[in-house]
Amino acid sequence: MNSGYGITAIALVVALTAVIGAFGLRISRTTSDFYVASRTVTPLWNASAIGGEYLSAASFLGVAGLILAYGADMLWLPVGFTGGYLIMLALVAAPLRRSGVYTLPDFTQLRLSSTRLRALASLLVVVICWLYLMPQFQGAGLTLHTVTGAPRWAGELVVAVVVITTVAAGGMRSITFVQAFQYWLKLTAIIIPAAFLAIVWHSHGSPSLSSDTVPHFREATTITVPSDLELRVSQPVAPRVSGTVDGASYVGTLVTLGPGDHKVRRGTHLKFDKGAAVPVTTHLPSITDAKWSQPMSGNREHSLYATYSLIIATLLGTMGLPHILVRFYTNPDGRTARRTTLSVLTLLGMFYFGPTILGALGRIYAPDLLVTGRVDSVVLELPTRMLGGTGGHLLAALVTAGAFAAFLSTAAGLTMAAAAVISQDVFRAGGVRNFRLAAVPASLVPFGFALAAGGLAVGSAVSLAFAVAASTFCPLLVLGVWWRGLSTVGAAAGMITGGLLAGSAVLATILGGPYDGWPGVLLAQPAAITVPAAFAVMIGVSLLTPRHVPPNIHRIMVRLHVPEPLTLDRGEFIG
Amino acid sequence: MIREVDRSKRVVVTGPRTRAVPGATQRGVLDLDEQTTIGEVYLRSLIRTQLRLALTVCVAVVLIGGGLPLLFALWPAARSYHVAGLQLPWLALGVLAYPALVAGGWAYVRAAERNEGNFVALVERR
Repeated sequence: MNSGYGITAIALVVALTAVIGAFGLRISRTTSDFYVASRTVTPLWNASAIGGEYLSAASFLGVAGLILAYGADMLWLPVGFTGGYLIMLALVAAPLRRSGVYTLPDFTQLRLSSTRLRALASLLVVVICWLYLMPQFQGAGLTLHTVTGAPRWAGELVVAVVVITTVAAGGMRSITFVQAFQYWLKLTAIIIPAAFLAIVWHSHGSPSLSSDTVPHFREATTITVPSDLELRVSQPVAPRVSGTVDGASYVGTLVTLGPGDHKVRRGTHLKFDKGAAVPVTTHLPSITDAKWSQPMSGNREHSLYATYSLIIATLLGTMGLPHILVRFYTNPDGRTARRTTLSVLTLLGMFYFGPTILGALGRIYAPDLLVTGRVDSVVLELPTRMLGGTGGHLLAALVTAGAFAAFLSTAAGLTMAAAAVISQDVFRAGGVRNFRLAAVPASLVPFGFALAAGGLAVGSAVSLAFAVAASTFCPLLVLGVWWRGLSTVGAAAGMITGGLLAGSAVLATILGGPYDGWPGVLLAQPAAITVPAAFAVMIGVSLLTPRHVPPNIHRIMVRLHVPEPLTLDRGEFIG
Repeated sequence: MIREVDRSKRVVVTGPRTRAVPGATQRGVLDLDEQTTIGEVYLRSLIRTQLRLALTVCVAVVLIGGGLPLLFALWPAARSYHVAGLQLPWLALGVLAYPALVAGGWAYVRAAERNEGNFVALVERR
């Protein structure tokens, strides 16, 4: 890829973010402006901002990468990411807005009148934000590396610096403008390339993706292996090897790799002829195109469980994402909160056609990514692979800009959410100055994690953050909004159960994974176990401790459910 | 719990006052404020109606979201069945799922607003 175009695109996105951020800066004055934009943002602006915040590295890069590798089984991922808003709309959107509080810990305290529960919620918010921020930084590192060859930490650093600056300078008001702009940028940057490349595919005679063979190289391809890896060969191939394969050194020799697994050392060059079968890293399934195009056809172990668990995590996790919830408080009332959510559904639905198309095209035009396992970069690489010349470079620059917008906006939103909690609950003082200070640890800690951790695919890391959110905040919100019987003890027990179960799965996966068999599936996709467990504990313990149901429950229910046109006593709450 | 309502300290916490409520029709609001039996009945019926609506949406999502994987798992022919040039899973999940979600959301918003309208009318009529 021509790095000049890419660098220009990244610089433009960063500059525009700064300019729009500064535009907002002149408007934001008070603490309330800072946190929730004084609740005067219209539904379309707000929906665009939510879309901008939500469409992260996982959506922009990860979804297409996972579809390229796993095929139809992964179509559930974007559907779940979108469907989460329907569940959120139906179960919590309007009541949450009517609660009139800023953050998840505020809601917890309002609903259950307990400062200890508030502290637990704050801890979980910071954990989820950091878990979700890590892949954003990784994605940025990957993008800058793909475009310019710069070391990975460079891209991570750029995002960290820009995010701290915008968040500390402008707060939510300017972030709302920045986020809304970035949604439309991301939509353009994914849909236009997808459309163009689909036309190119059509002009090539629409090569099909249902043949009974593994992918083949469409042209002679040289791959430099970036780290030691194991390749699974299903049809014999004879690449020209410079480097070490299966312990033997070669200098430009033709080596026949028979069916089975082969170890390739870091730095080895493999030159494949046109039409050679693509060997696949053992981390990813080595499957025929026909199997790839069909769900539940044995591409993954225990795929029915994994699919259900993925659906549960994405559908129920969305409502528990701290950076999305804070956006609901920027609606003027419950009714607009609903309309905003409906607009978000529409905006997300439009976006996800892009990654789906690009992931499928990647199977045809960039199968070599299966060799190294770097499937996350398929969206970035496809334009120059499929279109030569300036057109390809311009499209590549566009997706690069979109990808950077994705990291910046999601990272900014998450940093905002974490900083709000840190300034309120750790520094124990509100105010603009503390908020600015809190933005620093809020984004530097996950930046450190991203530097330390390497391998986990961007999409997988994000789906773990969803699993934690679904296992902790989802039961709290759903039961808190609809069930008078929720007790403080029950809420605490449920959140701790869900948090510990999902949290240990996350730790095990990040530190030791991937695992084989059932343990691997359960640890990578814990939600189908942990979410029901959290709900069951929360309900069961609440039923056993009816004396710990907050006494002001009537007032709270009035506050959450009675529509705004009625002016009545909704109780008082100072967060 | 019955709480003394200090009328002088009443504040609107959420939302601007969007329309003036004539003083004479405040009975229903008072019922809610002061937790009279009738106020409690109103509130519970509102919550029950809205919950039923929300659960309807969830059941629909569960039936489709839970049913499709099962269909593909139990009936392999559906995995490669072609409709309009696309394989069924790609048509259903890659294309049709999104408009279906938006339609579901739209229907929900309409119904939820209608329920709230009915509730406001009921309370103000009293």
